[in-house]
Amino acid sequence: MADMREPIETGCPDPFQYMHPVMRKNFGMWKYHEHPRPGVLKHVANSGDEIWTVRVGTQRILDVFTLRTLCDIGEKFADGYVHFTIRSNLEYMVTEESRVQPLIDAVEAAGFIVGGTQNSVTMISHTQGWLHCDIPGTDASGVVKSMMDELIDEFKQANMPNRVHITTSCCQINCGGQGDIAINVQHTKPPKINHDLVANVCERPSVVARCPVAAIRPAMVNGKPSLEVDEKKCICCGACFPPCPPMQINDAEHTKLAIWVGGNHSNARGKPTFQKLVAAGIPNNPPRWPEATAIVKRILKAYKEGARDWERINEWIERIGWPRFFEEVELPFTKYHIDNWRGARKSLNSSSYVRF
Amino acid sequence: MAIDKYPTPMLDQLETGPWPSFISGIKRLRDEHPDQRINEVTASLLGQLEHSYETRKGYWKGGTVSVFGYGGGIIPRFSEVGHAFPESKEFHTLRVQPPAGNHYSTAMLRQLADSWEKWGSGLVTFHGQTGNIMFIGTDTKRTQHFFDEINEYGWDLGGAGPCVRTAMSCVGAARCEMSCANEQKIHRLLVNNFTDDVHRPALPYKFKFKVSGCPNDCQNAIERADFAVLGTWRDDMKVDQEEVKAFIAKKGRQYIIDNVITRCPTNALSLNDDDTLAVNNQDCVRCMHCLNVMPKALHPGDDKGVTILIGGKRTLKIGDLMGTVVVPFKKLDTEEDYESLVELAEEIIDFWAENALEHERCGEMIERIGLVNFLEGIDVDVDPNMVSHPRECSYVRMDGWDDEAVKWFERQAEAS
Repeated sequence: MADMREPIETGCPDPFQYMHPVMRKNFGMWKYHEHPRPGVLKHVANSGDEIWTVRVGTQRILDVFTLRTLCDIGEKFADGYVHFTIRSNLEYMVTEESRVQPLIDAVEAAGFIVGGTQNSVTMISHTQGWLHCDIPGTDASGVVKSMMDELIDEFKQANMPNRVHITTSCCQINCGGQGDIAINVQHTKPPKINHDLVANVCERPSVVARCPVAAIRPAMVNGKPSLEVDEKKCICCGACFPPCPPMQINDAEHTKLAIWVGGNHSNARGKPTFQKLVAAGIPNNPPRWPEATAIVKRILKAYKEGARDWERINEWIERIGWPRFFEEVELPFTKYHIDNWRGARKSLNSSSYVRF
Repeated sequence: MAIDKYPTPMLDQLETGPWPSFISGIKRLRDEHPDQRINEVTASLLGQLEHSYETRKGYWKGGTVSVFGYGGGIIPRFSEVGHAFPESKEFHTLRVQPPAGNHYSTAMLRQLADSWEKWGSGLVTFHGQTGNIMFIGTDTKRTQHFFDEINEYGWDLGGAGPCVRTAMSCVGAARCEMSCANEQKIHRLLVNNFTDDVHRPALPYKFKFKVSGCPNDCQNAIERADFAVLGTWRDDMKVDQEEVKAFIAKKGRQYIIDNVITRCPTNALSLNDDDTLAVNNQDCVRCMHCLNVMPKALHPGDDKGVTILIGGKRTLKIGDLMGTVVVPFKKLDTEEDYESLVELAEEIIDFWAENALEHERCGEMIERIGLVNFLEGIDVDVDPNMVSHPRECSYVRMDGWDDEAVKWFERQAEAS
């Protein structure tokens, strides 16, 4: 162990050493911002200093060639500093308006996309998928690439009623997070158990404890200690799969996609909201997942035409009502849309408010 | 020397279309990178990914990989189909903590890229959903070498497993006029107080800090963080009436009525006949909407601080939970103020570590034991800002009412 080196536990680095000098200088002293054009933000400080931000969409999973190309642009046109948004958009900052267009030209010439600001459909926040995750039902990167190919004009134009945050997730853990629209894996069949492996691979009590509906119990199968699933109780959530890979939940045919709408993290105009189920049974159809994209586009079209300025998707639906929403997006309303989880009664209509 | 390339007819279809393609990027590493090791690893990776696309299944399994001295921070990946795609049969990810607020110099990005292509696959993401830089793909031996190299110039691993996770904060005071807090200072003070709990997973489950500088909550802290810190203010919002008039002159009176006045969730705004804005600051809940619409005219007040919400998380296992207000307002002016913020976090993590079940998030524990038991456990007094409304159910034993009422009036007297 002579060559083993003790780690230096520095934790989260100080950002000031990597921050654009004008942002450092005016830290905490900004006055207002404007949105001069899609993909560009102008922030003005009390000192009169200006920062012009150009927001750039990329493929998110960057190879070092692409990363260096982004660095080249940053060094030639933007003082050598970048910032990343929570949705993995890259931002360049310049200090004068005259430097914005040459920067945009360089970004676009290199094949990247300028946009994603304010009332646009910004970059889809997503998870790892088949490329790297150990439990994925789909490949989020592929879904996102396919969708952004179709939604690119909405990324570039910023003419939605308000911002649209889309997320995708490759299992029901939903690492992609809440979104105005979320495209998430939904399993539809109980796990298939490889009883030969359970005893050696899984800590059985913790798998039993993990099940949200107590559908798993220890059992002897073919003379081996294993687990069994009460398939009538099972909600096919896949929670048992990460701690016990022999409980295979992913299935080429029965792992589907579901679409949820109305998740909104902001406190603006109303308290934050969670997303609601609108569509399920969508085929998990690589390499381009056209069925899921088609539904997302229908929802976006109805929202764009029907919502008022500043209404997020949840607020638009709140105003027009769910019956009209399902009508406008041409989706079926089924028994699966009615919640039966704890607290579900709060989601039922206990009034005479009925939409016609 | 030419390397074996696996056919990728399905992945090839992700190279068409106008959005930048991650497949094209991986192929560049396979075809153009000078290091044959990277050519081979990425060729093998593409082979396995194509296999996933064809069979609609994932083929990575977890395991146990860490660096010397730590227990977490690496996402180990071993291929179940390594016999068919051997060069990427070990393909671990290193989670590395970004600078607070995600600022980088291109010089530093280049240095990281140089280290990563020396030891890894050459694939990297800024950032994963927890907030880490994700260095995707290397084997067990090179995991240690890469970490040693970047650790020497200032980078440390993030959390993975049942531990304090990498924190996140918005761009905030660095560029945003809405910022009501020093997000980066809060972020670093909190998470760096728990480096031991980040690197050596020994908690019931994950614990996340997220900091947003204002109630717009661009970090999704209320929905996603066990410990959410949101900047806010408690005095009057600032109104520049000349800018209000200028806004109305430009956008029209109907626009401000339809998009500002009537959108206020507590009806705290009124438009005067002379096109100035009247604000009832006592009714205002600091939702940010009017400030978002009129960023030149309206600004947060001067008496800034933070609201702290505890217990946000996604579905597993009892369903989605948002954070709950536990500290309605806290000033963060002095070093003592910041110290007491860190002490609160310590108190909460200690109580949760003592009382949570295995794999139980902090919010789930609060759901199970009740908010009042949690508050008593961390020694925080009740406040009407913690609830949307008081209880509706009469099934509660209340023989301590008189004592509790006295406590309330004593606290009120102390505060005034």
